[in-house]
Amino acid sequence: MKFSDFICQDAIRTHLEADEKEAAIRSMTTSLLEAGRIQQKDFESIVEAILKREELGSTGIGRGVAVPHTKHPSIEKLVGTVAISDEGVNFDSLDGEKVHLLFLLISPPDRPGDHLRALENISRQLRDDTFCRFLKQSKSPHDVSQLLDEADSNQFGS
Amino acid sequence: MLVIQHPASSILHPGMMSRLPITRVLVIRNEQGLHARPAEMFVRLAKQFQSRIELVREGRRVEARNIIDLLTLGAGPGTELVLEAEGDDAEQAVDALVRLVENGFAAEETNNE
Repeated sequence: MKFSDFICQDAIRTHLEADEKEAAIRSMTTSLLEAGRIQQKDFESIVEAILKREELGSTGIGRGVAVPHTKHPSIEKLVGTVAISDEGVNFDSLDGEKVHLLFLLISPPDRPGDHLRALENISRQLRDDTFCRFLKQSKSPHDVSQLLDEADSNQFGS
Repeated sequence: MLVIQHPASSILHPGMMSRLPITRVLVIRNEQGLHARPAEMFVRLAKQFQSRIELVREGRRVEARNIIDLLTLGAGPGTELVLEAEGDDAEQAVDALVRLVENGFAAEETNNE
């Protein structure tokens, strides 16, 4: 699976202002709302579901990365977005570090395989230091989207 | 594969070189596969042991104490993985990790993902 299969380009944000987990999740979910990928009536329930998942264990998986996610019945096809934080978000990460790269995923309840393949793609790209560094340095959603395209065409390590 | 022997270390640490890694084939059984939560549980358990622990899927080998590495395996239900451990507590590590996986990451059933 490629980034272009699930990342909503219009919802990509750089210079994320939130410095706490909930605010970051709200902000990213709002960007999906603004991009028309989720509906207003589902907004709160999606945010709550993502926060509830975080209670089971932070999705701050190390290397300054978090992958907040949930399933939601209102979603028909896996959708996600990326946010970059300059200052870092306090995400209770497993390694205790603040997170700078956030990938938020919402998937339909009956497609766990798609979610797994999205995680596989994200984690494979993140193993490449150059990709991580460039992503962190992205100044605009356009920069991010270009970088994801390059990753999709295998311009970084596996 | 080229195996490099270190004669000096076998003299200094008799037994070290003769101890072979313990390997076991694992099958992912839980419906969701090895996603973030199970990967975190796996890493948490693996960190309780001192041995080198690695997982292999079709020739791709990753370090078992790193969530990002585990997620790169994209291991869905039915996926076969080889668990390999080497060290003083390798046997205990393999037993514990196999149990976790074979039980389908039991705690996962209660989550809402």
